[in-house]
Amino acid sequence: MTALKAKHQRLVLVIVALAALIGAGLLAAWALRNQASYFYVPSAMVDDPPATGQAVRLGGMVQEGSLQTAADGVTVRFVVGDGQARVPVQFSGIVPDLFVEGSGVVAEGALRADGTFLATNLLAKHDENYMPRELQDMSPAEARETVAETQE
Amino acid sequence: MIAELGLAALWLAAALAALQLLGGAVALMRGEAEPLAALVRPAAQVQALLCAIAFAALLYLFAVTDLSVALVADNSHSAKPAIFKLAGTWGNHEGSMLLWITVMALAGGLIAWVEHRLPERTLLATLAAQAFVGLGFYAFLLVSSNPFARAVPAPPEGAGLNPLLQDIGLALHPPVLYCGYVGLSVAFSFAVGALLTREVTPAFARVMRPWVLGAWVALTLGITAGSYWAYYELGWGGWWFWDPVENASLMPWLAATALLHSAGVLAARDALRTWTLMLGVVAFSMSMIGTFLVRSGILTSVHAFAVDPERGTFILALLTLYIGGALALFALRAGTVAEGERFAAVSREGGLVINNVALSAILGIVLLGTLYPLLTEALGFRVSVGPPYFNPMGAIFFLPMMAVLAIGPLLRWRQDRLARVRWQMVAVAAAFAAALLAAWLLAGIALLPLLGMALAAAVAVGSVLPLARRRLTRAPLTLWGMVLAHLGVAVAVFGMAADSAFTTERLVALRTGEQTSVGPWQVTLAGVEPVAGPNWTALSATLQVAYAGGASVPIEPQARSFWAPAQQTSESALLTRWNGQLYAVVGGQAPGDGAERWQLRLWWKPFVTCIWYGGGLIALGGLLALIGHVVGDLRRRRRWREARA
Repeated sequence: MTALKAKHQRLVLVIVALAALIGAGLLAAWALRNQASYFYVPSAMVDDPPATGQAVRLGGMVQEGSLQTAADGVTVRFVVGDGQARVPVQFSGIVPDLFVEGSGVVAEGALRADGTFLATNLLAKHDENYMPRELQDMSPAEARETVAETQE
Repeated sequence: MIAELGLAALWLAAALAALQLLGGAVALMRGEAEPLAALVRPAAQVQALLCAIAFAALLYLFAVTDLSVALVADNSHSAKPAIFKLAGTWGNHEGSMLLWITVMALAGGLIAWVEHRLPERTLLATLAAQAFVGLGFYAFLLVSSNPFARAVPAPPEGAGLNPLLQDIGLALHPPVLYCGYVGLSVAFSFAVGALLTREVTPAFARVMRPWVLGAWVALTLGITAGSYWAYYELGWGGWWFWDPVENASLMPWLAATALLHSAGVLAARDALRTWTLMLGVVAFSMSMIGTFLVRSGILTSVHAFAVDPERGTFILALLTLYIGGALALFALRAGTVAEGERFAAVSREGGLVINNVALSAILGIVLLGTLYPLLTEALGFRVSVGPPYFNPMGAIFFLPMMAVLAIGPLLRWRQDRLARVRWQMVAVAAAFAAALLAAWLLAGIALLPLLGMALAAAVAVGSVLPLARRRLTRAPLTLWGMVLAHLGVAVAVFGMAADSAFTTERLVALRTGEQTSVGPWQVTLAGVEPVAGPNWTALSATLQVAYAGGASVPIEPQARSFWAPAQQTSESALLTRWNGQLYAVVGGQAPGDGAERWQLRLWWKPFVTCIWYGGGLIALGGLLALIGHVVGDLRRRRRWREARA
């Protein structure tokens, strides 16, 4: 290596750095393509469900009247809807403070074989005005429908 | 009156920045003998003073809760504790931008005051670059986010500060991070100055290094503190969420870490010249991108208080101007910077190149993962990128880097043979194998934590080996700094691996007097009481906890409700032992018949505290290295003066 001229050494270094960065970029691109199926709204989850056990996020509105607490006092069941479809969700844990029926929620977890979404984490940010980012661009019609539905 | 004084000081500072830029440009084109060039250093110093006055004025307005100032009325409340009134100064968009520009002006003033090692022309070009960056932020503050604007009529009471932000750790978090960002802006200015005058020398690296080190220490502390804050305040038991706001601080840190190491090569061996310049540009670009992500309201998160597209556009324009300009300059000039010294693949430089390439790759992965959701959103579909992406992708480059970190510091500069360090390599490999075997036999843990733990052991051994066979009292401070920082990496990685491998969790609803267990702990619910604070009420649970049959200790997690603004938070209760932390959160009352049951979530997290001890060690190592370099510089300067006298 010491026999290399300074110019050649610089070239080798540039090539090494570029190869690593391009490699990282390609790896990232490949991994990100798989992430495209990471977030689901209920209608998408019903139409084209993810593989059982695959870690995904489900975002939607908690339907009015659907929230139930199991006998152990820490397991809740509720239904998440987006105006077109509904997915039953089960979660064990302390629900976020502002998690109530009719509010938006993003559940992290996986779909079980029986069609229930088993959530390991609920992201309802600690803010009274929070709306899951993924739901902010629902069309006005969808939003109206969701609101009407949750107020039944 | 005070508000107008602050605003006037800010305008004057902006005018001086313009003068500083003009003087620097003249010096660059016509030489440093021009009369205007002589104004550059004084302009930078007076500008620092004026910014300090403006910031002090805003601090005063918040301290006395002057509600006739719109910013105070929107972000403060007379019922707030005094420390949070002061912290409210930078707990908002305008105030934090003023803090940014103040720290930046102080840094510029300090350089103008003390720095005489570089050729004067390069230094003036650097100060001009600094002024150019500063002008953008002055324009931003004065045009679109004036912190001193009056509210007419003044409201009777303020709106309050987000209760999640009413926390002593968070009061200090933004100033620390900003010192980091601004330190990188100084490194950026030095890089631009060096590019403009083609003076890329070891002296340049030595002048830039303390700023990079300081920035890096601040970023390390900021990230460590931010992580601990998220851990105990959010009540989810996690310490890193790959939230875009966290990534916004991690990306400059990664770039600064790479820059720190490449500047070390340039200072010691006059190699990696253009690469160091490139990293100087990239590191500050990451600070700008981080600021853009956090300040523009493009993300919905606790930190993104500025939901205002105009400001986002402004920062984006600044970002494009600075990054684009610097990259264009780099593309024009990089080819004309002469090659540095050569080195063999097996050498200290070789190891540092691997460090730099791996850090850059991780930076690329984090950057793509952070920006990708924004990109797809613009194309019309929404994606969330989370731990399933970041953890394995980051590990692909991080784990090999750890392996090199264990050996690299033992190698000699320029050229070395692995055979020379074979005994050290055997020690490192033995530590790796022993930890791997122990972790695997004791608990069948997952691959990533297993590798993390084994590599942590290897790095822990490798990091202290440079001190072997040296008189410890004679070892230079900079060497101690390196050893401690590398040891800190090992400790932090061990904490991360232990947390992910050994954490146990218990989720129950208990009646008063009932008992449960988590890991080695016995937990009894002694009672639940309502309590009240200055601006909140809370449900406070008292738990009697005993470790492995020992004496029981009370801890009190709370569920708090704030009323200005109305919000609820969980105050977790932590009990720290040398070998881990018990983490308790109280939820609400469980629905059901009969006696009242309360929801509790408990974690036993063995060695989780190592994550932050490690972060602290890394920062301490950086601080020692900084002190070592600055003391060395001062000594050289004194000798140089004596030689001249």
